[in-house]
Amino acid sequence: MNLSSTLPGLIVASSLLPGLVIFFLREGSQFTRTLLNLGGAFAKLVLVGIMIWGVFHEKVYATRWTLAPGLELALHADALSVLFVTLSTILWFVTTLYAIGYLEHSPKRSRFFGFFSLCVSATVGLALAANLFTFVIFYELLTLATYPLVAHRGNTEAIRGARIYLVYTLGGGLALLLGAVWLHAVAGPVTFVEGGVLSRLPEQTYSQLKWIFVLLVLGLGVKAALVPLHGWLPQAMVAPAPVSALLHAVAVVKAGAFGIVRVVYDVYGVEFAADLNLLLPLGVMAAVTIIYGSIKALSQDNLKKRLAYSTVSQVSYIALGTATLGPIATIGGVVHLVHQGVMKITLFFAAGNYAETLGVHKVSEMNGIGRRMPGTTLAFTVGALGMIGIPPVAGYVTKWYLGLGALEAGAAAWVLPVLIISSLLNAAYFLPVLYRAWFLEAPVDWPNEHPRTGWFETTGALFWPPVATAVLALAAGLFAAAPYSPLEWAELIAEREYLR
Amino acid sequence: MIDTGVLYGLTGVALAAMGFRATLLEPEVIRKLLAINIMGVGIFLLMIATAYTGPDTAADPVLHALVLTGIVVAVSATALGLALERRRRDKDGS
Amino acid sequence: MEVDVLVLSVALPLCGALIAVAWPRRCEVVGMLTAFAVSVAAVLTLVQVLVVGALQHEMGGWTPGLGIALRVDILSAVFLVLVGLVVLASSVYATGYFGQPREKAHFWPMWLLLLAALNALVLSSDLFNVYVTLELLGLTAVSLAALSGQRAAIDAALRYLLVGLLGSMVYLAGVALLYLGYGTLDLPAIATQIESEPIAWLALCLMTGGLLLKTALFPLHFWLPPAHANAPAPVSAVLSALVVKAGFYLVMRLWIDLFPALLTPSTGLLLGIPGAAAVLWGSWQAFKAERLKLLAAYSTVAQLGYLFLGLALLFQLAPGPTRDVLFGGIVLMALTHGFAKAGLFLAAGMVQKRSGNDQISNLGGMAQRMPVTTFTIALAGVALIGLPPSGAFLGKWQLLSSALGLGQWLWVIVVATGSMLAAAYVFRVLERAFAGSSQPDAPVAIAREEWPALLLSAIAAVLLGVGSGWLWPLLGNDI
Repeated sequence: MNLSSTLPGLIVASSLLPGLVIFFLREGSQFTRTLLNLGGAFAKLVLVGIMIWGVFHEKVYATRWTLAPGLELALHADALSVLFVTLSTILWFVTTLYAIGYLEHSPKRSRFFGFFSLCVSATVGLALAANLFTFVIFYELLTLATYPLVAHRGNTEAIRGARIYLVYTLGGGLALLLGAVWLHAVAGPVTFVEGGVLSRLPEQTYSQLKWIFVLLVLGLGVKAALVPLHGWLPQAMVAPAPVSALLHAVAVVKAGAFGIVRVVYDVYGVEFAADLNLLLPLGVMAAVTIIYGSIKALSQDNLKKRLAYSTVSQVSYIALGTATLGPIATIGGVVHLVHQGVMKITLFFAAGNYAETLGVHKVSEMNGIGRRMPGTTLAFTVGALGMIGIPPVAGYVTKWYLGLGALEAGAAAWVLPVLIISSLLNAAYFLPVLYRAWFLEAPVDWPNEHPRTGWFETTGALFWPPVATAVLALAAGLFAAAPYSPLEWAELIAEREYLR
Repeated sequence: MIDTGVLYGLTGVALAAMGFRATLLEPEVIRKLLAINIMGVGIFLLMIATAYTGPDTAADPVLHALVLTGIVVAVSATALGLALERRRRDKDGS
Repeated sequence: MEVDVLVLSVALPLCGALIAVAWPRRCEVVGMLTAFAVSVAAVLTLVQVLVVGALQHEMGGWTPGLGIALRVDILSAVFLVLVGLVVLASSVYATGYFGQPREKAHFWPMWLLLLAALNALVLSSDLFNVYVTLELLGLTAVSLAALSGQRAAIDAALRYLLVGLLGSMVYLAGVALLYLGYGTLDLPAIATQIESEPIAWLALCLMTGGLLLKTALFPLHFWLPPAHANAPAPVSAVLSALVVKAGFYLVMRLWIDLFPALLTPSTGLLLGIPGAAAVLWGSWQAFKAERLKLLAAYSTVAQLGYLFLGLALLFQLAPGPTRDVLFGGIVLMALTHGFAKAGLFLAAGMVQKRSGNDQISNLGGMAQRMPVTTFTIALAGVALIGLPPSGAFLGKWQLLSSALGLGQWLWVIVVATGSMLAAAYVFRVLERAFAGSSQPDAPVAIAREEWPALLLSAIAAVLLGVGSGWLWPLLGNDI
């Protein structure tokens, strides 16, 4: 078998095929389902490992399949896609373990894990997409695969949240589609190339290109939860915790942010986008989102909602880094794709553990929870400190590079205040939670405590995933300068974007 | 003096137009069915008139064959319509 | 010998129908065998056309002019396959749907006759022969639509009959005019002589008008929803997926093959504007529908609108690759809708059988009780909305691309609005299906009658999108 033309396809298939089989399993066939889930996740890890090795040794991986004249389903591996694929694959592996534990006795598991696998396949496909057409396909597939996950519980609240989610994402999908078709009509098939492809177009198309950019960013901004397109995200919190974790850390919001990076760098080219005066509005939108999300998070008592608004805010660092011209800001934005993912998934795992083990859903119920569940709370603390930007957790790296990048780009006057204010706000909504958890007296009874089984504060399948991702978040900060670290990859990406 | 063929043809057109009008405007199903038949007859008449090529030459056989086919089709369609209408009236008990 | 396959597509179902009448106790077996054989013949025809190009068969050795020719090119071969597969799947479904021997004896002969009419219509290249097949199609379709014998069904069938008769009479009047003007009924022969003159224009208007009535293009769609919504499920599937599409196929053939001399870029608007109105109106009515089958029927009205909207764009493009690609897109949309709508109607039939009615408000918990059927509806829905990876997604991409290329934003807005409305009516159903989680999970074993619908929907939602790249360039060669 020729790996160079099949590997990207295999990476998508490694979760797609198990997912399709899982749909047809009986509820009771726990063993087969787990085997398929973990087998697929493990196979994907191995394949991605091969790909990282190959891309490092400058091998070319591309899978192509013609759907219609001029429309090609094309997957390829470049530095940026490898970064996102690796992130999704590792986090999927962890989340699968977590979900198996989380849903151990709940109904409809075959359906859940089927769509869960489809969701990851769509994310991976989107990461590997080699052209805008392919990206649009997987972007829409992601919407379709996540809808049943958000509606999973089937109660009125879930159905309502899912409907809001759908209205936003399908509307965004339509805007993206229109932008993509229009661009196709103006420029022909649009392949992602480092440094962008549109600057060669004649000048009379520039006004159209601006409108197309608006459509594309509107479409992508819905999933990236840019204000005012963020309304779905707090509503989608009704989904089970593993879904929230995946939606917030890897799949949905990240797909939007990743798309914005792709469009700015690999379609328009960052310098060309700056020439068209497109970056400043995007940057302002991102800055507003960062501040707005943080302010909203302050007043949320529901823990998952607080985390959701925190996501709204944090994901926009990626857009902010993208919209700031210059390689250093690019590094900050791109590396935050990974950092935010690892930190946020830790926080959601921990929130899920509190809910599942003790029935704690609200910040006001978290008094003394650190003594009852020290491991989980330690992981939560690592994630929260990272979000605030306290070294050595990964978040500070992002903020450092964004700040330096702003100085370099001469945008310090407005970017730095945004960074400082948002960090203060992050501290303001996370530190009180940590204070309650560690320093206040625990109540006599938890709202809905499950009997303790085994050695840990909760079941093993729930305990290890947040610990593991917390370790990753720490490692990404501590060893930021090591080879193969996220920061190293981000530097490689920035170098390629600006040198071509 | 108007040509016989043209006269037949115009009569056919007139019949078809009358049938068309009645099909749209008559409320009763059976009247509608009749109207469609009249419309069909008009069109068939037009076709037969077209087939006439003069007193000394043979008429166009293709058109005659077509009209025969058309009549058969029209008869079966009318039969189906009447059967359905009858079933409907049975249901109503009237 | 190559040509014989062509005749089989018509002869087999005709003979099958006769045998089924003569031998009512075995009519189901006869029907299944025939449907299967016809599908095989359709696939063989497509293969032959791919290998050797367009084929022609002169029936009884008579040359066209006096005799009647059957002709097949890629476009008609593809439609033959659509007809064959949809009828085959619906036949499998029908074996489980009709239980009483009496029902079976009434159903199968008409069913096979309908199949013969559809195939003959697709293969005919003689304008009068087209009229005969149209009438045969109309009569069998009406009989099948009335099969349940319920009052609503008979009312709808009567109206369907009258509208159909009127449509074919008007079409026939156009044919008579063409013969008057050009002295032949053979399609290619007329195409070479036709000029832009009053008689040709009148014929074009009459023939198109008659066909549009049969295709239920807005505002001539009034008869369709009751007829399709009240027929038995397998019949609804074929009516919505194939029978109305036959009218569209003929309009497309006439406008592209026969009347190009008459057409100016703006003539297409005569089809496009009602098409756009159909998209909006049909989708809106589908959104408001209370019953699943009524929703599916209105969705057909809307989907036909897209096809005519596409034709309007097509006639504005100069011949060349862009036009060929759009043509491929339109055909792909027609095929996708055929498979998807058949799947949707069969699934709706399952729902109706299982719970006694198809009220959308009663669908709560369907995702647990009937997971496969829900999945089928979801797949069909993906194709109807035009989301990837369905064939309709690629088709819509081409529609949008052409409209944007021509700088005509109005069509873009119509397609976009139609898609959002389609999403609204599809997810209104799915939302009900996902709601209410109290029921215990049903085992996901697939009942025999659930397979056909699932396969049809999967073809529409996945295969036609991902696997039709090879077909596309070939379709362009036909025009």
